[in-house]
Amino acid sequence: MSFISRGFRGKRRDVASSSRVPPGQHVVDDFPVLSAGPTPRIPVSEWKFVVEGEIDQPRSWTWDEFRKLPAEHVTKDIHCVTKWTKLDTAWTGVSVDTIMEGVETAAEYIMAFSYGGYTTNLPLEDLTGGKAWVAYEFDGQPLHPEHGGPARLLVPHLYFWKSAKWVQGLRLVNEDQPGFWESNGYNMYGDPWREQRYWGD
Amino acid sequence: MSSRGPRLLIWQLGEVAELVPQTPRVSSLVLDVPAWPGHLAGQHVDVRLTADDGYQAQRSYSIASAPEDPHLEITVERLEDGEVSPYLVGEVRKGDKVELRGPIGGYFVWTAGDPRPLLLVAGGSGVVPLMSMIRHREHTGSSNPTRLLYSSRSYEDIIYRDELDRLAAGGDGLTVAHTLTRMQPQGWQGYARRIDADMLSEVGWPKAEMPAVFVCGPTPMVESVASTLVDMGYDPASIKTERFGATGG
Repeated sequence: MSFISRGFRGKRRDVASSSRVPPGQHVVDDFPVLSAGPTPRIPVSEWKFVVEGEIDQPRSWTWDEFRKLPAEHVTKDIHCVTKWTKLDTAWTGVSVDTIMEGVETAAEYIMAFSYGGYTTNLPLEDLTGGKAWVAYEFDGQPLHPEHGGPARLLVPHLYFWKSAKWVQGLRLVNEDQPGFWESNGYNMYGDPWREQRYWGD
Repeated sequence: MSSRGPRLLIWQLGEVAELVPQTPRVSSLVLDVPAWPGHLAGQHVDVRLTADDGYQAQRSYSIASAPEDPHLEITVERLEDGEVSPYLVGEVRKGDKVELRGPIGGYFVWTAGDPRPLLLVAGGSGVVPLMSMIRHREHTGSSNPTRLLYSSRSYEDIIYRDELDRLAAGGDGLTVAHTLTRMQPQGWQGYARRIDADMLSEVGWPKAEMPAVFVCGPTPMVESVASTLVDMGYDPASIKTERFGATGG
């Protein structure tokens, strides 16, 4: 390390959790809200979740149908590109493995899209194999609209902008195209452990 | 502009050319950054501090200076339980170097060519990226109709008070309305409550004017203002938000 900030010591975190904190991140106890525009309000009576794109039979669930899918309870650390990390967050939702069960597709990428127009791109293999959920509860309570309710994507091993709030569906695509933040300076993949925050990282 | 194209954001050193106290808890750092690639009004930078044992901490700060300004200015609110802000506001002196990279963010930005009237709504230090837009407007000689509604706790907490007064007196289409939510000086003529629908309709543009709206401040304020504007019939797609919580550090 060549440059030293004169007079900076910093607040050291305890050693136990530091192995769970990616480079450049710091642990918070609250749950900050970040989004680019007004919070969309989606009544569950109008909510639908779809899987479409490179798939023979597009899939679609109403809220009631979706809630009947097998639910999983997971506790994960989440990492926001704005530098905060929140440890041990508790979610309830449906595994993307369940959502994609039996789907045959040649597509290797997903564009997740949301009510309100948000999009984010991910490799399909980052959503399957027990790595991603469509979550509708946080800490045992219905997910608040500020945090993406009725339901949001949860992909905790990538920076949290990949966990699309207000998610409406997954579009299977053959080519990796940038989503909303990926078109606005942020990394196409977003691995917090490799600190892939921005273009070129 | 270079800040729009894919490219590597490298860490570089800026030298503190000037420290400008703005309020009891807020200071501006005016930085010389020799290799600064340029930015758009509304973007931010990442600041990285390194202790002598290699320990590092990073935070993001909005850019306050106009793209046309030869210096890069960030304006930082000192959070008492923070890690980086007490260093930037309190420890840093003129001549010190600060490691940074940017500019970051391509959405919460405004350029003077945008023909829509502008509504800027700020809470506390949320005024900082909006100040970059106002300064950019001034630098380019734009007379774009622009209204700033700015909520502060008290008169002493208003950041850029004198500069905003001066710019608003310029008669080129910028108006500034303040609201002071906790304490008001004697004889205060401005608003004295949290921003609400009545205030937004008095200060803002009729929705038929299709303004571009930028809202920046603490999350509850941004949530409330953005929701109120949507309820008033503004197009959600025309409202851009940036939020900070108590975690800016």
